Amino acid sequence: MLLGDALGVAAVLFVIGVAGVLVRRNAIIIFMCVELMLNAVNLTFIAFAQTLGVAGQIFVFFVMAVAAAEAAVGLAIVLAVYRHQDTVDLRRINLLKG
Amino acid sequence: MSAVTAVFWIFAALAVLSAVLCVSRRSPVASALWLVVAMFSLAVLFVLLDAQFIAVLQVLVYAGAVMVLFLFVIMLLNLGRGAAQDRKGVIGLTVGVVLAALLFVQLRFLRQAAPPALIRLPDGMMAQLQQQQGMVGAVATPLYQAYLVPFEITSVLLLAAVVGAVVLAKRKL
Repeated sequence: MLLGDALGVAAVLFVIGVAGVLVRRNAIIIFMCVELMLNAVNLTFIAFAQTLGVAGQIFVFFVMAVAAAEAAVGLAIVLAVYRHQDTVDLRRINLLKG
Repeated sequence: MSAVTAVFWIFAALAVLSAVLCVSRRSPVASALWLVVAMFSLAVLFVLLDAQFIAVLQVLVYAGAVMVLFLFVIMLLNLGRGAAQDRKGVIGLTVGVVLAALLFVQLRFLRQAAPPALIRLPDGMMAQLQQQQGMVGAVATPLYQAYLVPFEITSVLLLAAVVGAVVLAKRKL
């Protein structure tokens, strides 16, 4: 049984993703860190599915569908912002700042 | 240590290493390629955790489709070089790492989580289920029976995402 070990690895991967979101400024890299966090959550689901039944794997299926939709819409937003601002640097995308 | 455990730790270490490199590389292209490595290693971990079908989906959907989309946008915007000021300054870096460490301490307690024995399946149940129903069948049967409505709603979500992406990315409608 690898449940505890898998949960530990998932926690480490999730924290690396969080650190990336907090530290980086490139919008696309922040998106990739969000994908990394989703992957870590998927690992948690799979690990629990081994002991608690197949429903965990089905949730991973849904998470993948949501992640694909999120990537498509998010990258379209990045494209639209780049067209206006000529950058993906989050420091210079501050239109909503008062 | 059994062979499964050894393979698990090798690929867990590879996943963590490539995740760190993905976060720390300056060039977005290098970052994306390290993320692909992390996703492949995660697919191996999925296989070891009795989720072969999900591992195939992970390679096809994540490492294939989603990452190609990312690389496509990086190439389209010509961001391959990477900006010099991509990472935050010392204060931002410290705050980010401290917050992440705090979260890790919280998540560490998750590692000790043990589901109550009452709802636990006996060991090797998933492998047995897959032998009875097949690799895909074990996931597909509940997906099309108990989870049919969420499955259909997912298709609506994907349709909305497609329409939204086209509307956002189009210059003029």
